[in-house]
Amino acid sequence: MKKVIAGSIFAISAIFANSVQANDYIIDTKGAHASIEFKIKHLGYSWLTGRFNRFDGEFSYDASKPEQAQITVNIDPASIDSNHAERDKHLRSGDFLSVTNHKTSKFVSTQVKDQGNGKLSITGDFTLHGVTKSIEIDAQKVGEGKDPWGGYRVGFTGTTEIALEDFGIKNTLGPDSANVYLSLNIEGIRK
Amino acid sequence: MASPTSYNTTSKCLHWLTGILVLALFGLGFWMVDLSYYHAWYRTSMELHKSIGVILALLFIWRLVNRLTSTQPSPIAKQAWQKLAAHMTHLMLYVLVFSIFITGYLISTADGRSIEIFELIAIPALIAEGEQQAELAGSIHKWLAYSVIGLVVLHATAALKHHFIDKDVTLSRMWFKSKHN
Repeated sequence: MKKVIAGSIFAISAIFANSVQANDYIIDTKGAHASIEFKIKHLGYSWLTGRFNRFDGEFSYDASKPEQAQITVNIDPASIDSNHAERDKHLRSGDFLSVTNHKTSKFVSTQVKDQGNGKLSITGDFTLHGVTKSIEIDAQKVGEGKDPWGGYRVGFTGTTEIALEDFGIKNTLGPDSANVYLSLNIEGIRK
Repeated sequence: MASPTSYNTTSKCLHWLTGILVLALFGLGFWMVDLSYYHAWYRTSMELHKSIGVILALLFIWRLVNRLTSTQPSPIAKQAWQKLAAHMTHLMLYVLVFSIFITGYLISTADGRSIEIFELIAIPALIAEGEQQAELAGSIHKWLAYSVIGLVVLHATAALKHHFIDKDVTLSRMWFKSKHN
């Protein structure tokens, strides 16, 4: 009996130790040390940029086992902001994001490949406009370490490219504006 | 002071001019919201809508002042309910039209941008409360516009009924060749 208890305690502490070791982070949206930006060509002549102001997420990352990393990000599509109220209203409408019908957007990683030198290739399911598709994000670790206030942080930057029509958004903006480029800058605070 | 038999010339001019502009703006608005991005009028139609809208707002302020300061001819209708219906329709037309001006202004200025009248005069934003403002003001603007058109139809039908069926001077005293002076 003692052995069993000791064994269980060992097992539990091992799980506990393991979960702490797993290095779970919460994305610092509170302090706004994270952003989700997009850019799309305007008429094929220039880049239009904007961002999603409201999102949150969590990830786990251990520098020694990058392939076990996982990330989930929830985005509120209604928070799209291209610095132009009339355009944002249009982007939220049925012509584009249809935010009253599709209230959430989400990225959930399914596989992480280590490309060396802090580079990661993150495959995951991206939900936008009610459509879920697998996409790949090229990510790069920016830095990691203690912060000045007793916490521990790690940050990444990542980019990906999606076609509007893949997510059921009719492209009315012309052939040069078929794709949207997303870039994510995230800083995680260790839990 | 005895009430005049006809509206004064300023009233008549403002009545017909603002009436035409209300209909024109409704048509323009209805048409422009469905234009494709590459349509030649995609941008111009909206600039035109805003510019004419601001001018109409100014004309309407003038119209309201003129209405409040001039003596109106007395109502033609004999029945109390007809007088009341006519009064309420007129009042609601003023209230709705002014609400449309305000909501239209609030859509375009939601991010602090000003509204321009034919790129000549910029009217600055006063309230820029962000994301929900453009959304909310936009849908109110749309439904008020439909309501105004409903009232205009009612107003015009009543005027025509008075002219052709009752054969009274309701319509002709708003027209320029007045026979009753």
